Amino acid sequence: MSESTTTTPLLEVRDLRVSFKSRAGTVNAVDGVSFSVGAGETLGIVGESGSGKSVSMLAVLGLIDNPNCVIEGEALFKGRDLLTMGDDELRAIRGADIAMIFQDPMTALTPVYTAGWHISEQIRAHEKVSKKAALDRAVQLLTAVGIPNAAERVNSYPHEFSGGMRQRVVIAMALSCQPSLLIADEPTTALDVTIQAQILELLKSLQGEFGSSIILITHDMGVVSQMSDRVNVMYGGRLAEAGPRRDVLRNPLHPYTWGLMASIPPTDGSRVARLSAIPGAPISPGDPDRDHCLFSPRCTFASDACRPQPALVEHSQAHFDACVLPFEQRPELRRQMTAVEEVAP
Amino acid sequence: MTTPSSNSAEPAVLLEARDVVKHFPIRTSQGKQVVQAVSGVSLQVRTGETLGLVGESGCGKSTLGRCLVRLLEPTSGSVFFDGVDITTKSRRELRDLRTGFQMVFQDPYASLNPRRRALATVEEPMLTHSMGSAAEIRERALALLQDVGFDASFADRYPHEFSGGQRQRLGIARALAVGPKLLVADEPVSALDVSIQAQVLNLLDDLQKEHDLTYVFIAHDLAVVHHIADRIGVMYLGELVEVGESTDVYTRPRHPYTQALISAIPVMNDEEETRERIVLTGDLPSPIDKPTGCAFNPRCSYAKDICRTETPVLQRLDDGREVACHFPLTAV
Repeated sequence: MSESTTTTPLLEVRDLRVSFKSRAGTVNAVDGVSFSVGAGETLGIVGESGSGKSVSMLAVLGLIDNPNCVIEGEALFKGRDLLTMGDDELRAIRGADIAMIFQDPMTALTPVYTAGWHISEQIRAHEKVSKKAALDRAVQLLTAVGIPNAAERVNSYPHEFSGGMRQRVVIAMALSCQPSLLIADEPTTALDVTIQAQILELLKSLQGEFGSSIILITHDMGVVSQMSDRVNVMYGGRLAEAGPRRDVLRNPLHPYTWGLMASIPPTDGSRVARLSAIPGAPISPGDPDRDHCLFSPRCTFASDACRPQPALVEHSQAHFDACVLPFEQRPELRRQMTAVEEVAP
Repeated sequence: MTTPSSNSAEPAVLLEARDVVKHFPIRTSQGKQVVQAVSGVSLQVRTGETLGLVGESGCGKSTLGRCLVRLLEPTSGSVFFDGVDITTKSRRELRDLRTGFQMVFQDPYASLNPRRRALATVEEPMLTHSMGSAAEIRERALALLQDVGFDASFADRYPHEFSGGQRQRLGIARALAVGPKLLVADEPVSALDVSIQAQVLNLLDDLQKEHDLTYVFIAHDLAVVHHIADRIGVMYLGELVEVGESTDVYTRPRHPYTQALISAIPVMNDEEETRERIVLTGDLPSPIDKPTGCAFNPRCSYAKDICRTETPVLQRLDDGREVACHFPLTAV
């Protein structure tokens, strides 16, 4: 999708579709999503619950263990398709070349093993090193992620760490084999803001050090704007908008992105009388009527033109969106939709 | 929302907490210990205003919220609602008083009875308090459902048929059923997606005007609290460290902890980050073993010797702000 990188991307996902068959019908969790991540780049994926942002990454890594799940498309990692790879091959890549950080650091760690065990186990699963050497590396990694007194803490159990410290252990584990791609699924959502700030700084500095690419999945536009080079906005399992961070934030094209940005209370100290909320509720991924813009039932500007689903169109350099509204009228329409009354402080 | 001003006649104080303390005794491997969840909080909420309580997990904001409506018995201290000390009342007396103050909970999945339909959920508190005939109660419940945005077709649905945002609206309708003057809302929007969060915040705002409500709004998200509250109280380790007018606190914090909390908010920004961020080191200390002196001193970059020995008390500064700090930041 992106032409901005001249070299082949590290990960290229093409027309990914993930559906779950159930007695009640088919649930289309991810519905034709394509994107790529270049080396050293951070891609932010934003969307609300049910938008398919987590499922798409789980599918790419072969982590969906559900016989009713159908995955289609391609996910080329360094030129090899992860979706057609055998279990052994995939296992050799997962945890080594691609690592994942999950939202809840408590459930990502086994409560009966120490932090050091978790990390050295991962190293020894991918490299031939002695237990002693692996444990030494675990201490180094725990130091690198900012755990004080790492030589001692390496023997602590997950419950002996606070939430922020636990997430650092998970990050140390993810970095243990120096992955070229790190997938972080809501890595700071369960944490307090001051701890979130620490973890985000840590991810940034480690990225500088290890040169990994990051895919950051989040619902928080603020986190995306601080961390990513490019942003994908997902709605109902499809891409609503995708582009360079600055373009998406300064000049968002899709009405859903407008609504998403406007429904957050201002953080600059100004106050609005009312938030410009998006009416209605997100569509159910099980809804069989999908041949239209899935945001149109909630969109102020919906018309007959929203059916069938508009294609993703490139409007400016690497800035795409899937909406039929006339491009030149977008800034004015955005003003109309998100007009709010500001109150004097 | 009314902005309280000091010169015109201020509305009456509806809720007042005086030195509320809540300790939880626990057994640990070191023997019996005490979690000091709330250590001496005093505050006032005036009729018609919204007081926001913010702080990180473990700061005691939810425990304080529950003490304010006496869902938890404070260890010491008193809470006055409309001039009546509710901490000394018997259970029976309290039950009648509860029609004046109600609570909205964080998790709309856990706080509704899954086997009760929407209409019955809203009717129940009115039946408990014998607030009219069955027909009257039914009519009031339907009107309340309409107030929170449900038409009659929703009345016979069960909670599992509602989405998260709808469930929270149902929880609000239920809290309003007995006609309270005060709502204590504990993280009412933090479990919701942002687009739905905005809907519920707007609804709370509308209801405040329609029903002349006073809110205590408890949340960890300072931007949300700044949006909805007239005044903000910032809590740290069971203590109020700063209280002031919402926008003042947000834009000109005078306690170092408030400053760090605001600085940590990820701002949606299309430029490169230019703010100088204050990233706090370390974690929140344990409320079992609180630091001596100012509770914030181990993480505070301005801490001096006195901060490690003497606990600062909440005091009013010249601009009306209340701050518990030996070295309050200067008002810019």
